[in-house]
Amino acid sequence: MKRTDINTAGGSPAQGPGRFNSSTILYLVLLALALVAPAVLYPIFLVKVLCVALFALAFNLLIGYGGLLSFGHAMFFGGASYITGHAMLVWGWPTELGILVGVVFSTLLGVVAGLIAIRRQGIYFAMVTLALAQMVYFIFLQMPFTGGEDGIQNVPRRAVFGFIDIANDTTLYYVVLTIFVFGFLFIYRTIHSPFGQVLKAIRENEDRATSLGYHTTRFKLLAFVLSAGLAGLAGATKVVVFQIATLTDVTWQMSGEVVLMTLVGGLGTVFGPVVGAAIIITMQDYLATFGEWVLVIQGVTFVIMVSLFRRGVVGEIAALINRVR
Amino acid sequence: MRIIITALAATLAAATSASAQSPGISGDVVKIGVLNDRSSFQSDLAGVGSEVAARIAAAEVGNKVLGKPVEIIAADMQNKPDVATSIARSWFDTDGVDMIADNQLSSAALAVQELAKQRGKITISVSSATTRLNGDSCSPTGFKWSYDTHSAAAATASAVVKQGGKDWFFLTSDYTFGHTLEEQTSKVVVDLGGRVLGAARHPMGSSDFGSYLLTAQASGAKIIGLANGGTDTINSVKQGREFGLTAGGDVSFAGLAMFITDIHGIGLEAAQGMLLSTSFYWDRDEKSREFAKKFAAEMGRMPTMVHAGVYSGVRHYLRAVEAAGTDDGPTVAAKMKELPVDDLTIQGARIPQNGRVFHDMYLVRVKKPEESTGPWDYYDVIATIPAKDAFLSFEESGCKL
Repeated sequence: MKRTDINTAGGSPAQGPGRFNSSTILYLVLLALALVAPAVLYPIFLVKVLCVALFALAFNLLIGYGGLLSFGHAMFFGGASYITGHAMLVWGWPTELGILVGVVFSTLLGVVAGLIAIRRQGIYFAMVTLALAQMVYFIFLQMPFTGGEDGIQNVPRRAVFGFIDIANDTTLYYVVLTIFVFGFLFIYRTIHSPFGQVLKAIRENEDRATSLGYHTTRFKLLAFVLSAGLAGLAGATKVVVFQIATLTDVTWQMSGEVVLMTLVGGLGTVFGPVVGAAIIITMQDYLATFGEWVLVIQGVTFVIMVSLFRRGVVGEIAALINRVR
Repeated sequence: MRIIITALAATLAAATSASAQSPGISGDVVKIGVLNDRSSFQSDLAGVGSEVAARIAAAEVGNKVLGKPVEIIAADMQNKPDVATSIARSWFDTDGVDMIADNQLSSAALAVQELAKQRGKITISVSSATTRLNGDSCSPTGFKWSYDTHSAAAATASAVVKQGGKDWFFLTSDYTFGHTLEEQTSKVVVDLGGRVLGAARHPMGSSDFGSYLLTAQASGAKIIGLANGGTDTINSVKQGREFGLTAGGDVSFAGLAMFITDIHGIGLEAAQGMLLSTSFYWDRDEKSREFAKKFAAEMGRMPTMVHAGVYSGVRHYLRAVEAAGTDDGPTVAAKMKELPVDDLTIQGARIPQNGRVFHDMYLVRVKKPEESTGPWDYYDVIATIPAKDAFLSFEESGCKL
């Protein structure tokens, strides 16, 4: 009910040709900015933002459009990073196959976790996902191939498709940007498809969607699996960038962080998670020199966001634009 | 147009000739980055204190080396390996940092050391405990000061067994760190003729150690080895006291990974009689007291062995830069291995090729409350553990350099 006022930033094609054009221009401008960004900002920082933003987008697909609050998404993000790291380091797989196997793993894990979790709703759904994620965490903690607290180290950066040399940070950035744009378009397409419409209907009123003849369970499961797979894509890409897979990515704190990013950026908006991820990562990296004040600054920011900007950065901007119109 | 091209070419030439200018000090400043966790549970034993320790070392050379200023910067890696590596990357790539000190959290430390190796920069790891830093993941420019998992296990165990503590029981936290500690410690105990009567594994972050402690008591062991860390260690000791386990004085806890700040947290009432190994105790001799005094003037408390390690590492690095006449990573690293480590906390230690500093460790017993004369007067140093007993030799380490 309270979510009905959340608009999709940039609008949807259904809202008329004029709106469609302006949003297309917006996307092109943003893409152009993304293309020139490494000239101004440090590429590794940008790459990290892209990876985490993709993770947040995947999470937002589930909560923003399906109304399902997963508190265990780190299992897909971190799980994929371990599998990709292991495949590339120990099995010597090329980068693209390494990422693929990570995504396959998180998708399968998504099927299992989804089948168990979607049978419950609301807080129980969140608790079931949290419990599953904790199980996955302890499995990775104990499995010998993960290296325990040391993590998987020195994952090689092999040339993508055998000829794109990603040892260079700028090249790496463009490769990751391509993956990100693919993920973004995939999510965009999903939420603007009939499937996405049904998902939104389920979010608004599941009983009514059922009465209209939809198998809501199937839709929710598919949304969960898609979200898990995309979260895995983000995690797998992150391993290639940082060359390590560690426990940090499978902890419940990581699941919490992605919730925060989505809330700060704007729940259920297309760009919200991207903006949220950029804000949080910027705080983590650029405020690190403030030492122990990082967490205080983060905390204050969240309090301000939650009490003054309920719709998140992008949600507030979208609301403002609507009001001006 | 032609003028612009000429100007560009001239600038380019000037730029290349400037960068080709070696040896010397890159960027006309020796920049040291202290990278550790300053906001979560390990911030007490390292944290801001490590930065202060690095500053004390720099102040000893007047904040200048080879006529160029020494600059110390610090960042909070928030106990996240990816934050640590991205900070390290930007420090090396854009901020001109020459050396990273402290380098906390094993997973992060390994990644940062590898990155530094690729960039030809130096890392001096102190609070990260893994022996892999100088073992299979060793680097020609990676150094390790103070304790590591081997010294925590082997040094403590051998010293305790030599003091007569032959019957052991382990309280082990159920993850790699705990398992490694238990395994390495057991090996030394058995080798020296002691006995391991059992072990209880508990999950990380337990709040109730009652059943484990009773199992330990029932085993008849005289030494309870704490193969856990942080709050788990603190809670084990406190609850052991509450159960009256250590009251009689015939059962003692042996802390395998403990810092003076942990003892400060537990309090002497509960911690008294514990045996542990440390690479530094502030009240050991005149020189250590001098360092502690400088540290306390800034921080209002006594330094841990990590702080002492950071101080010693930075001090030795600066001496090597001076001697090498440059801050070029590999050259300075070679110099560091040539010169003996000599400062207020460590005297005359050598560094083998894998970068593991060979300094003595000390076996200490925690004082009884009535023996302590004031705050931080916590330890009696009961034995010196020679470096060869405390650390893996280059041959044993598995390092291929």
